[in-house]
Amino acid sequence: MHKLLTDQPGKEMLMLGNEAIARGAIEAGLACATTYPGTPSSEISLNFFQISKESALYFEYSTNEKTALEVAAAAANCGVRSMCVMKHVGVNVAADTLMTLAYVGVKAGLVILTADDPYMFSSQNEQDNRYYGKLSGLPILEPSSVAEAREITAEAFALSEMLQEPVIVRTTTRINHSTAVVPLGPIQPPKTRGEFIRDPYQYVTVPAVSRRLHVKLLKNIEAAAALSEKSTRNFITGTGNLGIICNGVSYNYVTDAIQDLQIMDKVSVLRMGFSHPIPAVLIKNFLSSKEMVLVVEEGEAYMEDAVKALAQEAGLTLPIAGKGKTLFSRLGEFDPAMVRAVTAAYFDIPYEPKAVPDLTDMPEIPQRPPNLCAGCSHRAVFHAVKKAAEGLDVVYPTDIGCYTLGFLPPLSMGDFLICMGSSSGTSGGFSRFAGKKVVAYIGDSTFFHSGIPGLINGVFNNHDFTLIILDNRTTAMTGHQPNPGVDMEELNFPGYNPIDIEALVKALGVKHVAVIKPFNLKKSIAQLKEALNFKGVSVVIAKEKCTLYAKSLKQLRGKPFYVSDRCKNHRDCINELACPAFYIADNQVRINPTLCVGCSVCAQICPEHAISPLKTKEDQ
Amino acid sequence: MKPKRLIIVAVGGQGNLLASRILGEAALLSGVPVRMSEIHGMAQRGGVVESAIIFGEAQSTIISDGEADVLVSFEPSEAMRAMNRCNSQTMVITNLSPLPPFTTTIGRGVYPDLNSGLSLIRKKTGGLITLDATDLALKAGNVMAVNTVLLGALIRTGILPLSAENVRNAIRTRTKKATVEVNLKAFELGYEAAQIV
Ligand code: SF4
Repeated sequence: MHKLLTDQPGKEMLMLGNEAIARGAIEAGLACATTYPGTPSSEISLNFFQISKESALYFEYSTNEKTALEVAAAAANCGVRSMCVMKHVGVNVAADTLMTLAYVGVKAGLVILTADDPYMFSSQNEQDNRYYGKLSGLPILEPSSVAEAREITAEAFALSEMLQEPVIVRTTTRINHSTAVVPLGPIQPPKTRGEFIRDPYQYVTVPAVSRRLHVKLLKNIEAAAALSEKSTRNFITGTGNLGIICNGVSYNYVTDAIQDLQIMDKVSVLRMGFSHPIPAVLIKNFLSSKEMVLVVEEGEAYMEDAVKALAQEAGLTLPIAGKGKTLFSRLGEFDPAMVRAVTAAYFDIPYEPKAVPDLTDMPEIPQRPPNLCAGCSHRAVFHAVKKAAEGLDVVYPTDIGCYTLGFLPPLSMGDFLICMGSSSGTSGGFSRFAGKKVVAYIGDSTFFHSGIPGLINGVFNNHDFTLIILDNRTTAMTGHQPNPGVDMEELNFPGYNPIDIEALVKALGVKHVAVIKPFNLKKSIAQLKEALNFKGVSVVIAKEKCTLYAKSLKQLRGKPFYVSDRCKNHRDCINELACPAFYIADNQVRINPTLCVGCSVCAQICPEHAISPLKTKEDQ
Repeated sequence: MKPKRLIIVAVGGQGNLLASRILGEAALLSGVPVRMSEIHGMAQRGGVVESAIIFGEAQSTIISDGEADVLVSFEPSEAMRAMNRCNSQTMVITNLSPLPPFTTTIGRGVYPDLNSGLSLIRKKTGGLITLDATDLALKAGNVMAVNTVLLGALIRTGILPLSAENVRNAIRTRTKKATVEVNLKAFELGYEAAQIV
């Protein structure tokens, strides 16, 4: 049985934040879960995916976040509890649905989980999604700990049903990827059968209907504000005259700082866990008994601005601060020492930070950036494109996936990247104005997610670019989740209809389509040359399963290679491919047989033919 | 209980996250409050993986620079890289077996000299324990047991409020059935090796 289905209320379990969130939803009787994978949220849906195998839970990896939210919104309006999970930037993709779904509302609980990523451990921006609460009018709940993440997720369903609105649960990486002890609650059996009751004047958002629905939404926001005033998720600790208002993980750093600085009797803390709509009365009352207030929140001055506005309304003139040169930054994430130091400085409390050793004489440590795996087919494609494009002046828009790593030298394949799917769209603009040949990269999952409209746009508007679809048969970077092109039978999930990318691209009217086998370099280069020479939109589909995925499916057949004494030490292999299976020993190129998967790409480029498959043990 | 803060650094694929889970489970068994966090964005693509584990009464799940009580490194140059996490009292435990980053193979950076690097660590911190965990893991029967070797060394220091027995129990429940024996042996080898400071 899946560990998150353990039906022993009160039992304590060590859980990852993302497991606690999934557990909270299961306890609330979740019946439908949808997602598009994205770090730091991915393990939530991975658990749902596993659980769906052995329970009545309906789960799907949707094509993108917008579709995921639409599926969940419909399910919730059929009366079954639903959840839609995404990373923060995924909400941008789903935003069109989100904004008007707030007008329409839901029948059964719908929880939208957004996992924000301050410091951008694995994201392209660090936007603060609390503003989506304000923008859409939907309630926002924010846990401060792993254990609270379970409670809040479960509660969010009830809140959603009470208000007949979706509820946003907002986390940050340090909730999703922290681990702590979580006591289990009882599991409520899910209601899995829905029913849709037609009511077009409620559900069809033509202007006349929406004008009414907007009135309803504003009323709902008022109702939510009343709940926020009384919510146990907004609470005050301590009694001092100095005030701190904080949310999320900042609450932990504040709690530890107060302990470390021994100022328990001086400081009182208002922890905001129901952060939209903001509880105006609670905050005004808190302010009125304080001499000065510090707002501790990662990201933007979301609460700080609101608190200052409320102070003005209440005619309070106490100092209120949060973001500022000597205070907190809008950049990155906070940490305990930072919060301790700013708290001490702002409240004028003596504090001597721990002396850190002088490290100026430490040797410089070489960087250890992540690298494409040994035998990754992307490396072969990048090399083949470089050869095919020799003599051409090229701009390479790229996209989001493992292949983004190809922008690093020596591959240096990646010149422009904004967001999911931006490679095909920006290619149109580059082809008109860059004065260069345009060759764009996109992965299979990203192509399905949001790359298709850019390609259609290119065909219709007669742009001139080559789109290379790196079809490695999975969503590799986030942990090998399925996408609409994946063979689900292989994963023992029958009943899916995989989409054939080649047929799709041809049907879109792309006149030049080639499918390459990237580990056959010579042929790939020839096919790529043809595509690059084609005037108009051409598509090359590089079809080869992700090596790490193939390994996990026990499908790797290749034998490791070795470097023989024919090697003349040009090091073309290392310098052009940068495969991590290479190493240098005694000034000679060597291949680590435990890393090499036998893709043979290096053997094909070695001018001395010095690289061959290991045959016997003695060859090592 | 005054919090004890542990940072573990490793190279992707070395099994750092499993080591953290074992310690977390052992803390749960010992009734010691425990919180941890990890950054494992592209662990499988060979980057650095770092976990922070805080034992005792603290709410934070991360550790600020200079505030680790113990640093365990699965690779010697990573111990040097993580020196900003240490202070003059920090106990450092490191595997001696180098895994040079790929950047050195393609001529972007030079692997540091180990002897001088380690003596700098010894000078700047509260103590340094070194062991060839890779070799001991091989002796135990599997190179993947580097993590449990280092756990043995870590527990031997007595800095963490965990008994060896609870860590052994956590190894029994948290590692794959087929590897339990190897991991327990690795734990003992690390435990013994750590006394030769
Ligand atoms: S996980 Fe797959 S796609 Fe990603 S770098 Fe490794 S082999 Fe390449």
